[in-house]
Amino acid sequence: MEATQVAMKEFEPKIVGFFCKWCAYQGADLAGTSRMKYPLNVLPIRVMCTGRIDPTYVLTAFAEGADGVLIAGCHLGDCHYETGNYKALRRFALVRRLLEQYGIEPERIRLEWISSSEGSKFAKVVTEMTEEIKKLGPSPLKEVA
Amino acid sequence: MRIGFYICHCGINIANTVDIEEVMKFASQLDGVVVAKDYRYMCSDPGQDLIEEDIKSLNLTRVVVAACSPRMHESTFRAACEEAGLNPYLFQMANIREMVSWTTDDKEAGTEKAKRLVAAAIRRVVLHEPLEARRESVAQAVLVVGGGIAGIEASLRLADSGKKVYLVEREPSIGGHMAQLDKTFPTLDCSACILTPKMVEVGSHENIELLAYSEVKDVSGHVGDFRIKITKKPGYVNASKCVGCGVCTEKCPVKVPSEFDMGLGVRKAIYVPFPQAVPLLYTIDRDSCWYFQKGTCRICERFCDVGAVDFDQKEEIIEIQVGAIIVATGYDVFDASKITPLGYGHLDNVITSLEFERIINSSGPSGGEISLKDGTAPTSVAILHCVGSRDENWNRYCSRVCCMYSMKFAHLVRERIPEAKIYELYIDIRAAGKGYEEFYNRVLDEDVTFIRGRGAQVTRLATNSEEEGKLVVVCEDTLLGIPRRIPVDMVILSVGLEPQKDAAGVARMFKLSCSDEGFFLEKHPKLAPVATATPGLYLAGACQGPKDIPDVVAHASAAAAEAMAMLDRGYVVLEPEKAVISEETCSGCRICLDLCPFDAINFDEEQNIAVVEEVGCDGCGVCVSACPSSAIVLRGYTDEEILAEVEGVLA
Ligand SMILES: Cc1cc2nc3c(=O)[nH]c(=O)nc-3n(C[C@H](O)[C@H](O)[C@H](O)COP(=O)(O)OP(=O)(O)OC[C@H]3O[C@@H](n4cnc5c(N)ncnc54)[C@H](O)[C@@H]3O)c2cc1C
Ligand code: FES
Repeated sequence: MEATQVAMKEFEPKIVGFFCKWCAYQGADLAGTSRMKYPLNVLPIRVMCTGRIDPTYVLTAFAEGADGVLIAGCHLGDCHYETGNYKALRRFALVRRLLEQYGIEPERIRLEWISSSEGSKFAKVVTEMTEEIKKLGPSPLKEVA
Repeated sequence: MRIGFYICHCGINIANTVDIEEVMKFASQLDGVVVAKDYRYMCSDPGQDLIEEDIKSLNLTRVVVAACSPRMHESTFRAACEEAGLNPYLFQMANIREMVSWTTDDKEAGTEKAKRLVAAAIRRVVLHEPLEARRESVAQAVLVVGGGIAGIEASLRLADSGKKVYLVEREPSIGGHMAQLDKTFPTLDCSACILTPKMVEVGSHENIELLAYSEVKDVSGHVGDFRIKITKKPGYVNASKCVGCGVCTEKCPVKVPSEFDMGLGVRKAIYVPFPQAVPLLYTIDRDSCWYFQKGTCRICERFCDVGAVDFDQKEEIIEIQVGAIIVATGYDVFDASKITPLGYGHLDNVITSLEFERIINSSGPSGGEISLKDGTAPTSVAILHCVGSRDENWNRYCSRVCCMYSMKFAHLVRERIPEAKIYELYIDIRAAGKGYEEFYNRVLDEDVTFIRGRGAQVTRLATNSEEEGKLVVVCEDTLLGIPRRIPVDMVILSVGLEPQKDAAGVARMFKLSCSDEGFFLEKHPKLAPVATATPGLYLAGACQGPKDIPDVVAHASAAAAEAMAMLDRGYVVLEPEKAVISEETCSGCRICLDLCPFDAINFDEEQNIAVVEEVGCDGCGVCVSACPSSAIVLRGYTDEEILAEVEGVLA
């Protein structure tokens, strides 16, 4: 933790968000449309489906200096492509284990199901996750670099 | 690379919490950006003109707009690019309103996040390639599967508008469950009287090709161009010769229980299911025909004047091409024998509701007489609601029609047997519908005893002289809070509606999803109740969930309207965001084939590679991220493009 203390003064984590176009991205839009205020730390990237998310995206995000990754898609059973999110679920377990081997705490990556009508859930998830990562401090990969 | 960057104030919606000037300055210093401009409303005509003029005068090769969500105006700006001669896919939007300005009061942080999203969009757009949206023509025909009232209604609506319809029904006649009903609530019109004219219309309509005694065997293709294989089962009677005189049936020596009459009556081995059948074509049931089972008989053949009987008829495969499909396969009723304590199947005079519909029908097996096994008329009847419905052990959902048809039964019993004692055992009365509450009130006034409580058991074990020789219905009266025993002569079990037994198989063939109960799943429970997740595939009637006839007809008309709108437009636009497999890198491992939710990947055995059928692909990208050889690219969402965004937001 010593190395991180320098940056601790105003540590604002960078969290990369991968949101599926059909549910989570729309849920995020809805949070905005409803003028819900939440921390600005999550940087959204739109993908077609959570099933499209390649583990290397997550690894690249951490390698490029992300402090966390949030993946959000349709609720199980509601995926626009039927089962894409089940595939994401399986890959997620794998990615998490992989990250642990690099010394990245599992709390830094999160998978959530957020429907297009769940603007408030989106705001809540982002708020929670930002706080959690603030507590964890900057990603350990940053120290290495 | 010549990128034009444009940022929108959206009045004060963005400008209040994002420093426009600063983001513009930031963007203008990024690689490739040759111009950066702002405007109060980028989406307005002058805003779009600004972009169009720059594309032309500055020879822009890419455009990025930082404004609202792409869901709002991506298509607007793409069209502007196209207007100015730039491929519309060489454009990218940064969502700095919904995702940034509206979510904060902190202008400094808002500006910072806006910069991150702008950097990502600019890095991404550099990698964009020109893409083409494809248009495919739509085959001007519709397949309707199932000839109940839903399929009949949908077919007629389509055919009347001049569309070619193929109506496939697996039974020898169309009509479905409605043909079996006697009267229909709440107006009590005779079911056959309102259904038969429609059936006849289907049979004679020049735009409808009725394929009865047939089943769909294979479905391939996609919206606008579905390829269907249908098997027509042999009925051993030549349709073009049979005149429907019925002499064959009269002479046939074989008697078997009639499915149409719920096994209460008999039919012959050569038969029509009911007199008003459409098509009026006699069918030989192979499983009961003596000639097929024992090798001799052929009496029907001998008596047929027109020589229509043809024992050599073979199964026929029919291949058709249609632009849209309507699935209208209806429902099945709950099997009451599963609830042993209710006595169905082992106690005489315990019958199901659908059996009762046949019994009270004047053309039914008993000529409309309500009678007990011994031929006498019952003096008391109990009608048990919710058999198999609203029950944790069976189906949790409400079947929606049983309260109403149960009360219809009370009314009909009262009409035939004025002095009978009639009991309705219900959990709640659900009479929500036009004229339904009024019907309930009418039945309440007809001296019918309503007992609030689920019938738990039906037994012959008498505990007193009053119960002797009777069926005793045991229940808890939940209004009085006491257990009750009600001796009656006849018990009618109001069985609920269930998915067809083969619904899962039908779902697989048409690539439909099912809800938890097994009914087919619509695209959206409120806003798209007839569409499905598969474009060009629609649902009609009770196959989507329990419905009464008015709702079925409305649902079926809606399905017809959706199919019609698609056919009339004449083309389908196929977005270019599709998976493409590189011939050189594909190792032929076939992993992607099973992963594709749309079966859009085929295997080319000759070249040993997988090939995406572009029109079937919906662009989810599941195959891309699973391909071990990285041979698949999702156009518009390539790995490089997404990773450029990752680097951009973190830069
Ligand atoms: C006892 C009882 C009484 C009722 N009384 C009333 C009433 O008074 N008023 C009212 O409004 N509603 C009543 N209903 C409800 C009514 O029956 C339904 O609303 C209506 O019949 C549903 O029509 P459908 O076309 O959707 O389905 P169905 O009538 O079930 O028709 C489906 C058709 O599809 C065919 N089919 C199935 N699978 C396939 C396949 N794979 N390939 C080809 N063909 C196939 C079937 O053979 C059938 O012909 C009653 C229901 C019951 C059980
Ligand atoms: S489309 Fe949202 S998870 Fe698949």
